[in-house]
Amino acid sequence: MKFTWFNLMPWPDLPDDFRETNRSVWVDIDQALFDPARCHEVYADYLDLLEYADQLGYDGVGINEHHQNGYGLMPSPNIMAATLARRTSKAAVVVLGNSIALYNPPLRVAEEFAMLDILTGGRFVGGFPVGTSMDTNFCYGTIPGLTREKYAEAHELIIRAWTEKKPFAFNGRYTKLRHVNIWPNVLQTPHPPIHIPGGGSVETYDFCVDNTYSYSYLSFSGYLRAKALMDGYWKRVAERGVDNSPYRAGFAQTVFVAETDEEAERLYSEHAFYFYNRCLHVYPGFADAPGYRTIKTIQTGALNQYMRPTYTNLTWKDLVDGGYIIAGSPETVRQRFEELIKGLHVGNIFLLMHVGNMPKDKCAYSTRLFAEKVMPHLQNMWPEYADDGRFWCKPLAHRATPAPLGAAPQMVPAK
Amino acid sequence: MITSRKIETRAATVNVLEGGEGPDLLFLHSAGGITAENPFLNALAKSYHVYAPQLPGYGDSGDSDNIHDMLEVTLHTFDVLELLGLNKPLLVGHSLGGMIAAEMAAIAPNDIDRMALICPAGIWLDAHPVPDIFTLLPRQFPEYMFHDAEAGRAMMAAGQGGNMNDPAFLIPFLVTNARQLGMAGKFLFPIPERGLKDRIHRIKARTVLVWGASDKLFPAPYAHAWKDSIAKSELVIIPEAGHMVPVEKTDATLAAIARLR
Repeated sequence: MKFTWFNLMPWPDLPDDFRETNRSVWVDIDQALFDPARCHEVYADYLDLLEYADQLGYDGVGINEHHQNGYGLMPSPNIMAATLARRTSKAAVVVLGNSIALYNPPLRVAEEFAMLDILTGGRFVGGFPVGTSMDTNFCYGTIPGLTREKYAEAHELIIRAWTEKKPFAFNGRYTKLRHVNIWPNVLQTPHPPIHIPGGGSVETYDFCVDNTYSYSYLSFSGYLRAKALMDGYWKRVAERGVDNSPYRAGFAQTVFVAETDEEAERLYSEHAFYFYNRCLHVYPGFADAPGYRTIKTIQTGALNQYMRPTYTNLTWKDLVDGGYIIAGSPETVRQRFEELIKGLHVGNIFLLMHVGNMPKDKCAYSTRLFAEKVMPHLQNMWPEYADDGRFWCKPLAHRATPAPLGAAPQMVPAK
Repeated sequence: MITSRKIETRAATVNVLEGGEGPDLLFLHSAGGITAENPFLNALAKSYHVYAPQLPGYGDSGDSDNIHDMLEVTLHTFDVLELLGLNKPLLVGHSLGGMIAAEMAAIAPNDIDRMALICPAGIWLDAHPVPDIFTLLPRQFPEYMFHDAEAGRAMMAAGQGGNMNDPAFLIPFLVTNARQLGMAGKFLFPIPERGLKDRIHRIKARTVLVWGASDKLFPAPYAHAWKDSIAKSELVIIPEAGHMVPVEKTDATLAAIARLR
């Protein structure tokens, strides 16, 4: 198993009446709710937690890209990844990912991921989401009906820039470049592993199979609701005649660990409510620009139940029983994760361990309990696939480490 | 009696609605699309031989991955005109259709000599931002599209009533929406402006601009901006009508178009 400690980096100070007094947490969220000095502290806390996860032995630390979003303060995850490169040492830095249709030219993603791959000494996993309609269409103005074509072209350019290793001309519709020759180039061969966050588009299943990318379902609605979608993915994998390694798939799950189930509810319920009842308040008109989904995907019908889940006034019991969250004692959490891992047949887990307005101390507590009392029991759930390295990073055996601060003045050049 | 037939351009299979007796008239529909039952189309057919090609992605026309932008849809529409064997028909376009018509007249000013633009898209005024139709929920459309929102609601419900929780209704509804607005978005998203302001001076056609006095999508300043931009133009403002002026005030719209005869 690969466990990635993931932080969406939510804004922690949305008011109690946010849902009643605001149209949307995303796209046109009120600027008056933002406080840059507070954000300075929030970023510091969130980075501390990611670094703590590295110390506790999580396989990866994960971040992602959102724009104009009250539950995701990372328009550029690459900036966060760069700071993590220096202050983490073992965990993979998982950028899940860059919305490649939004960069002009998308070569920028090839360059920045190459830099991150090198900075981390090959401790790098990347992702190429199409991006939500909110981010891609409504915040960044990409034409919905052309989004996927633009994405496909950007993908071709990035992979060629990483793998051809000699200058070439690229004559795309959206990007025309006479001399593609990124420098520096990636460390991992042929390039860093790529995970594709998907939300049920059938074309994405094939894209992952074709390119040996891991398909990641990043929902907030939990593992019980994910079953139908993931079954659809595995059905497609079988139809394509390739192996069904669980590392071909990843899943994001909100999780809270305490000493007992009761303590979990007492410590964490307010933060779960904050996230599910406040952060996910997205104006429906922003959810799905016409043309963003392909006709084929709409026609499967599987999508509709995922398109507009309603998160209103969910109780702790609703959240736990409905599988939105996994919460409780280490034993409860372990059992539920076994169900999840086997039920969805997944090898990559993105643990949403910082949730909503959770303070640092509670999050660190939950993070430590999971690492010490849950993770060791789950790590070897797919022994028959233990050698499948296709979907995870391959770091250098000997990596440079940051010099202790203050050491530089004592250095004496060799004669 | 409106009939339909298919023609093939390089970009797509095009379903052309056709009917009526009189001078040739090419009608370019709005982002909402058009059907053979459309009351305005049937009213036009009483005085004209009307041709109404459905844009790729609309109705029985095929989809098209070959149309990406304004130039491609404009040239595609010239191809339609050519295949129909039309020579300088009266060109009429509503909203998105007006935007395409104006673009045709700007690109080939000697080929288009008369046109009626009914509250066309294609100009953007910073002081009067156009509402973002791509974020509107179905129930919100009537208030933006009609002078009389209640009457508009009844008219729209007649065409698309159904239970949104029933997949048998919802999936075809979403497919239609994705096909139509997916195509329209190539010219209208996120800002319905594709550089016409730099070409509009080329238009030589005698032009009638038809505007609903209470158009909430493109309010009055847009009507005047168009009037000021096209040399041989006149502006007809129709009271008690919104963006759907052709269906709300059909006779008045026909009378305005008739000024070009």
